[in-house]
Amino acid sequence: MTTVSASPTVHEVVPSAIIRLLKLLPWLLVAALPLALPGYEPLATQVFVMILFALSLDLLVGYAGIVTLGHAGLFGMGGYTAGIFSVHGITDPIATAVCAMILAAVTGLMFGAAMLRTKGLTLLMLTMASAFLLYEIANKATGLTGGEDGLQGVSFTPVLGLFAFDFRGKTAFFYSLAALFIVFIFVRALINSPFGWSLRGIRENDARMVAIGCPIMQRRIIVYVISSALAGLAGALQAQSTQFVALYSLSFELSGNILIMLILGGSGRLYGAFIGVPAFMFAQDLLAKQDPANWYLGQGIILIALVMLAPGGILGIAERVIDVIKRRRVRNGHRDS
Amino acid sequence: MILYLISVGLSVTMGLMGFVNLAHGVFAMLGGYATVTFMNRFGIPFLLALTIGCVLVAALGFVLERTLYRYLYGRSELDQVLFSFGLILVSVALVRIAWGPLAQPIQLPDYLRGRVNILDFALPAYRLALVGFGAAVIAGLWFVFDRTLFGARIRAAVDNRAMAQSIGIDTNRLFAAAFGLGTGLAALGGGLGADVLAISPTYPLQYIVYFLIVVAVGGLGNIKGPFVAALTIGLADTACRYFLPEAGSIFIFAFVFVVLIWRPNGIMERR
Amino acid sequence: MSFSKMIGAKLMRQAAIVVAALMLALVGLIPAEAQTIKVGVILTYSGRDAALGEQIDRGINLFVKLHGSELPPGVKVELIKRDDTGVNPDLAKRLAQELVLRDQVQILTGGQWTPNAMAVAALTKEAKVPFVAMTAGGSLVTLQSPYVVRTGWTMWQTSYPLGEWAAKQGWKNAYTVVSDFGPGYDSEAAFTKGFTEAGGTIVGSVRIPLKTTDYLPYFQKIKDVNPEVVFVWNPGGPQATAFMKAFDDIGITKSNIKLIGPLDITSDEELPNMGHSALGVVTLGQYSPAATRKTNVDFIAAWKKEYGADSVPTYFAVAGWDGMRAIYDAINAQGGKIDPDATMKFLHGWSNPNSPRGPIGIDQAGDPFQNLYLRRVEEKDGHLVNIEFATIGQIGDPWKLFNKK
Repeated sequence: MTTVSASPTVHEVVPSAIIRLLKLLPWLLVAALPLALPGYEPLATQVFVMILFALSLDLLVGYAGIVTLGHAGLFGMGGYTAGIFSVHGITDPIATAVCAMILAAVTGLMFGAAMLRTKGLTLLMLTMASAFLLYEIANKATGLTGGEDGLQGVSFTPVLGLFAFDFRGKTAFFYSLAALFIVFIFVRALINSPFGWSLRGIRENDARMVAIGCPIMQRRIIVYVISSALAGLAGALQAQSTQFVALYSLSFELSGNILIMLILGGSGRLYGAFIGVPAFMFAQDLLAKQDPANWYLGQGIILIALVMLAPGGILGIAERVIDVIKRRRVRNGHRDS
Repeated sequence: MILYLISVGLSVTMGLMGFVNLAHGVFAMLGGYATVTFMNRFGIPFLLALTIGCVLVAALGFVLERTLYRYLYGRSELDQVLFSFGLILVSVALVRIAWGPLAQPIQLPDYLRGRVNILDFALPAYRLALVGFGAAVIAGLWFVFDRTLFGARIRAAVDNRAMAQSIGIDTNRLFAAAFGLGTGLAALGGGLGADVLAISPTYPLQYIVYFLIVVAVGGLGNIKGPFVAALTIGLADTACRYFLPEAGSIFIFAFVFVVLIWRPNGIMERR
Repeated sequence: MSFSKMIGAKLMRQAAIVVAALMLALVGLIPAEAQTIKVGVILTYSGRDAALGEQIDRGINLFVKLHGSELPPGVKVELIKRDDTGVNPDLAKRLAQELVLRDQVQILTGGQWTPNAMAVAALTKEAKVPFVAMTAGGSLVTLQSPYVVRTGWTMWQTSYPLGEWAAKQGWKNAYTVVSDFGPGYDSEAAFTKGFTEAGGTIVGSVRIPLKTTDYLPYFQKIKDVNPEVVFVWNPGGPQATAFMKAFDDIGITKSNIKLIGPLDITSDEELPNMGHSALGVVTLGQYSPAATRKTNVDFIAAWKKEYGADSVPTYFAVAGWDGMRAIYDAINAQGGKIDPDATMKFLHGWSNPNSPRGPIGIDQAGDPFQNLYLRRVEEKDGHLVNIEFATIGQIGDPWKLFNKK
């Protein structure tokens, strides 16, 4: 009689303290970037902000199954809040970031409560319309937002009174990285909580969730509000690190781009944002410089290929590869015993 | 009116195949490019160039449906959205490479320029022609869908594809043909509207929102819905710009938002 | 979630970050030579208004082709071009930041749009990099930082004298129509001040959002109000044609209402597209390719030789040309060693008596002072051109005069 013994998992072999240290390693590596590649801090900061934004979107698209083409509305809401506050004298970065989160959350609550009753194409259109509405309001309220000219005169006092924002971008770099880390811990805890699991349930089969007594509408609104707050935070960070806010942060283009970045990495898989965003932004940095047409072409082909061949994004591909390896190992294990 | 022409094709394809096709604007753009190129480079008169353009684009639509779109019918909305968005990007790039990044100039034939006097009102001839075309199209479409066998088959296939197939209707060919029709209509709208919605590589990205709005508000799968929607939105938008220019485009999106909440399936639901 | 899956994903992520870092390093590898002066050029190369960016770019390229060797021995100039894709101040700012930090440019130029130029100018204050803005017209641009000058024009230059002139023609009421962003507000304010101070009244005004495609509702209202003259401003290029066609459609061009505005509204390269609807429109501007002075005739000949007999240079191209002239002169004056403050000192007193537009210089505020010409669209040899019929002498930016601190 043969017994199949699974090879010892990593967890059993290595003490957990070292595991935790290993998990921190990538973060430390990234934090050391300014030493390795000076001059890239602004781009890296942009990447951190976008990852945060993509994480907030993942909560909706990947976990709750709510597809939105208007998430930039909340991002821009946060950005303009922080920017407008700073222009009118409230310049502490952390305070304005919190205010941005609150305002974005309120906006999300207002729109979400109205929109989330619908599904499918209608919901998609509503999310688009909501973002466009905010865009046009910002466009016209030039006294407040600067309209097409963008919000001039945005500046913030040093973080915690110690680290000033300069055009070299070092402060912005560490500040955004820290924020991203905190949000990451929070999101990870959220999706592994019972609440997070109920979201997955709602995404897969909401009729059944209702049958077991889950208040799905309430859950959807809650996750929408949380996601909006995080998106608003990303927007505020953007405003603070670039000392500028422009209409682009409310645009449909941004909503589309962030969705693509997320799907590229793989939605519903916590780390999808971390892979998709850098991949997208570095590809963009490389290709768009030569000729914008090349970038559009490349982006389009990648998208089509993604949809037809690899719906799980890069992480999806990785998972499939690992699956194949695992299955082969088990098969070999059978043969050996 | 141009919005209607382009959007009705989208309503047909989206309602018919249940496919969220963001790339519809691409076909309108191609129709525009075809028309303009035939006119400018080969000196072909406007209407003829327009017709050739429509036929060519419809053929392209037919081919694309058979080769690419059909694989994505069962997939989630998200996948369809991403796919069609990718299609937009690819075509934007190809068009830019072929025709350059600048907008295409178009010279309308003289009979479409200037103004026409009707009952004391001097109206721009071009706008009148567009309205006329729109009316002709809606009449034609209604005829096709309501009165012909082809139309009946399409309606059957939309209502219940499996049933339609079981009584011998070749739904695959039908869908491809309908898709061709939809894209041909888009090309018509693009070519006709080339003066107002300028033909440039970024065309599909700039105007996709408006097409989607007309379709979503009008309701999928029917012909009258988008017509009513386009008319209402167009009129309301024009009135708003005349009386309250400070409001800009705010109105149109607020309006759409409210309508969609009130009637999630569009103003004129199918049943 | 299975643990091995988590580990796999984490490893993938680490790998991704390392790969990303490597990619960054590759992109950043630009060999730095001793005497190569890098100039960052930020223009619009794609999108609806790419035509304007192309004009400036051609002006730059033509200058480099004809005069590029006029440098101190051993010194080379390298142009690094970036696309801001239109009015996108945040993107322009980031592009400028990257050009300064990553590519180590010593001079920035381009500055096609006022919002973009404002954002870049704000950056140069901290970064201390000279910025030669070419066609941004908002008066506030040169106030953003001591390191900005411009070689194009300002909106007040092309709008304020027009207001005075219009009132002198005996017109009593006017309606203003401008595009809804910075330069539009400037031109609206400038014309209004010039017109009302000389006795006229503004009977209405409207600002049209940049992304609008349908102008008819706005213009219908103007027609209903029936002013004697309509002052128009748009950024030129394809938008100018769209405006003119809409005026024609609504019947204003054939009525008694006069259309006037800064030179943008009758952009020379778009005149063929506008057709006869543009005949008789009076504009105020610093350059028309139809000018007969010798420096222009030579310039046009060189242009047509390079870009084809059908191609027409516009004031955008000339702004690019003069901008490069200023940059090269600054490089020569410092023997190839660029010091930001010395460069700015030089630029603030720079002049070019041989510009295709006539004599031009840069004043202490960083703005160009130059001749402004009143022009009318007329038909000449079967083509529509802007014919200069009067000159307003060398003036700087009127706004700065009125707002002296």
